[in-house]
Amino acid sequence: MNAAQMFDQLEAHFGDAILETAEEKLPVVRVEAARLPDVAAYLKDSPGLDFDLFVSVTAVDYEDRFEVVYLLRSLKEGHTLVLKVQPDREDPVVPSLVSLWEGARLQEREVYDFFGICFADHPNLKRLFLWAEFPGYPLRKDFQYTASIPYSEPPGQEQAYNL
Amino acid sequence: MDVNAIVDFILNPFVNLSYWFSEDILLAFMPAEWFWLVGLIMNFAVFVVIFAYMMVNTLYMTLAERKVIGRMQDRYGPNRVGPFGLFHPFTDMIKMLIKEDIVPAGADYWVHLLAAVLVVFPGLMAMAVIPFGKGMQGMDLDIGVLYILALSGLTTISLLMSGWGSRNKYAMLSGFRTAAQMIAYEVPLVLAAIPAIMLSGSMALNVVVEDQAWGTHHPVWWFFSFVMRLAAFVVFFISGVATAKRSPFDIPEADSEIVAGFFIEYSGLKFGMFFLSEYFGLMAISTLATVLFLGGWQGPFVDTIPVLSVFYFFLKVYALFFIFMWFRGTLPRLRIDQLMAFSWKRLLPLALALIFLTGVGMVVLQGLGWA
Amino acid sequence: MLKTEQFILNVGPQHPSTHGVFRMIVTLDGETIVDVDLVLGYLHRGVEKLAEGRTYLQSIPLTDRLDYICSMSNNLAYCTAVEELTGFEVPERAEYIRVIMAELTRVVNHIVCIGFYLNDLGAYFTPVLYCLREREKILDLFEAASGSRMTCNYVRFGGVAQDLPEGWLDQAREVVAAFPAFVDELEELLSTNEIFVARGRDVGVLPPDVAVNSGVTGPNLRASGVAYDVRKAHPYSIYDRFDFDVPVLHGGDCYDRYMIRILEIRQSLRILEQALTDIPGGEVQSKVPRKLRPPEGDVYHAIEGPKGEFGWYLVSDGSANPYRWHVRSATFVNLTVLPYLCRSHTIPDLIAILGSLDNVMGEVDR
Repeated sequence: MNAAQMFDQLEAHFGDAILETAEEKLPVVRVEAARLPDVAAYLKDSPGLDFDLFVSVTAVDYEDRFEVVYLLRSLKEGHTLVLKVQPDREDPVVPSLVSLWEGARLQEREVYDFFGICFADHPNLKRLFLWAEFPGYPLRKDFQYTASIPYSEPPGQEQAYNL
Repeated sequence: MDVNAIVDFILNPFVNLSYWFSEDILLAFMPAEWFWLVGLIMNFAVFVVIFAYMMVNTLYMTLAERKVIGRMQDRYGPNRVGPFGLFHPFTDMIKMLIKEDIVPAGADYWVHLLAAVLVVFPGLMAMAVIPFGKGMQGMDLDIGVLYILALSGLTTISLLMSGWGSRNKYAMLSGFRTAAQMIAYEVPLVLAAIPAIMLSGSMALNVVVEDQAWGTHHPVWWFFSFVMRLAAFVVFFISGVATAKRSPFDIPEADSEIVAGFFIEYSGLKFGMFFLSEYFGLMAISTLATVLFLGGWQGPFVDTIPVLSVFYFFLKVYALFFIFMWFRGTLPRLRIDQLMAFSWKRLLPLALALIFLTGVGMVVLQGLGWA
Repeated sequence: MLKTEQFILNVGPQHPSTHGVFRMIVTLDGETIVDVDLVLGYLHRGVEKLAEGRTYLQSIPLTDRLDYICSMSNNLAYCTAVEELTGFEVPERAEYIRVIMAELTRVVNHIVCIGFYLNDLGAYFTPVLYCLREREKILDLFEAASGSRMTCNYVRFGGVAQDLPEGWLDQAREVVAAFPAFVDELEELLSTNEIFVARGRDVGVLPPDVAVNSGVTGPNLRASGVAYDVRKAHPYSIYDRFDFDVPVLHGGDCYDRYMIRILEIRQSLRILEQALTDIPGGEVQSKVPRKLRPPEGDVYHAIEGPKGEFGWYLVSDGSANPYRWHVRSATFVNLTVLPYLCRSHTIPDLIAILGSLDNVMGEVDR
């Protein structure tokens, strides 16, 4: 299925939930954050689209907004889709797609860790690479480098440290 | 000097040395009412000789293992300290002695300490009854085999103590696994020793060895005994590898999983004790297997040149050592449940079947008059 | 009444078998695993932020250090992503050199994985040393071409950094010709070894639907029965000219993940033979501006790295530094499936599963 057909099918089904479509090197679809789970479920389950491989989720910090970028592939059909969502900068919340694709589990935690974008309904939204008391979100453009960042033990984990 | 006397002395040096020491020196200078002391001193001298031999043997076995495994891995083993690395064990020993002794905070100090002390004794005590050559035995016990097999149970207690006393979950896991493994593999070990005892008619180790000589029985009985002993040897050896906690049954010290297992929290001399105990255990299993199944110190020309008996004995023991090292260098490790299944479902029925077959064969051959 | 309690074991950052600094908090019920919680970040160096402060060319050494065993492959993935963004052409000879290096890297990665997997199973270093002995021959080739054994920094935008030295192709042909004998020896020693099979069969079975749902790619996915290989599904470079198969196995257990790496080594050797015979002469890098300012836009491009789909998502704002530089690392997504695989297995199985998943923490933590 080529990009035009994909866009037609999506727009026919969702109407104006699809905010923008573009075709650069890969087909790009931008949706509203609130409609994201529906669109994603449709992309995964409807025959002909069949996006079953969740390649990656990442985020970009444009200074006035965030953009969360999902990459989906279909093994059966062989096409790829880029799905973008733009939460607002002040209080970014995006619905989590863990219920559809397990592969989102660790990657959404990474996005939360580095950008501070909350994923609603994620079963375990904790920081992944950095420790819980790390000040700030490093991959944002306004992150301040400091000379030293203090480290402290997270509470409640003592029994795991206490061999 | 009488050439014959010298030749006689050289042909059987160890036994003659002990006679010379006890008769010409001690008895000659001992006052009459203290003759009982001579026996005590002789026993102590035997202990010193065996202990010294075991220590040196262990040191050089560590080097031999590293070189043998190194060669299997397409590299030299240690070869820097001394020619062919022969002084390496002494540097290892020094390193172990000068290390700081760390006891984890909150560990049960006495259990932790006593485990290290206790683990060395069973292997060493087992050496007291092994006949190293013709007429060379520390103590001629009537129940030699039973004594050694009973001692192998003592190691389990000290391993459990070390697993518990280290206050470390890895050590505790290992302690549990060790207890399970030891219990599972002692049974086929003991059962596999029984055909050898049945065929020799006695548990005294000297009698078992002498019974395996060519002329003592009818040739058919000799061949029957040879075949039965070989089959029982296989079962005994496999159980022995597990009892000695060597690869592929080295779950207790599985270093790629639970990082050294039960001796994870030991350092310095206490670690050295565990290390020694591993090689003492290997020695006990190898010597017992040689004595029971491979003919002990028997070999050609043993009657005329008794010193050859020592040579044959150690040849067989070190051949078994080489097989242990070969296993370690080549085989991956079994999982604990697979290991237990192997023991209970394969080795145990096999050992029982061997006892049965030996008994039936003995009765048949005795009935036919071919004993 | 007996009351049992679950206890927590720390398979800690310092452990001989975690393939890097990686911590798992394992909840055990006796010896059976109930849950595995991953703690990552011990090797986190912030490369994604570092790259935003450098030019595109300066970030190539950063890519070497992601999956440090397969540095040529990482370089290739990054450079092809940038070439997708900028539209640079690559000369023929450079394409062949890149394919040769990528396939040699795949061979290196798979034998290292097999060797260390056996180390985790307790074979006390013997397979590791045999595998490393063969790897040295290939690392000699890398060193002759790029100057470094592991962090090669060899592939550039529009080609490779410099041409191959004299005699390199002959040496490479010798190495490739001698390699199948080594793989045969390895298979003879390992594939039918009873203990090895018993430790691998039916351990950590990964069903294909769970694998695809979790985003697992690479040999782990192909061992579960899904024939997805980026070289065939979304071809890049000149892979469509070579004749090779994509092996697929259907068991999904640790033994199959081992077996599929052996099969992939053989396929890579096939590609190498063809590439080493057909390589043309010519230049090795096309004209690339010194100050690279790609056009605005974003791009995602992935290659079939030795561990799975390894790609870059690049966002450019027209300046010399990337605006967003995101690594889609194969192993990081593969680790999603580790807690699922380990449930109701024991600790030795956990170590075996981790070994068969082939993780390198440089790529996970970035």
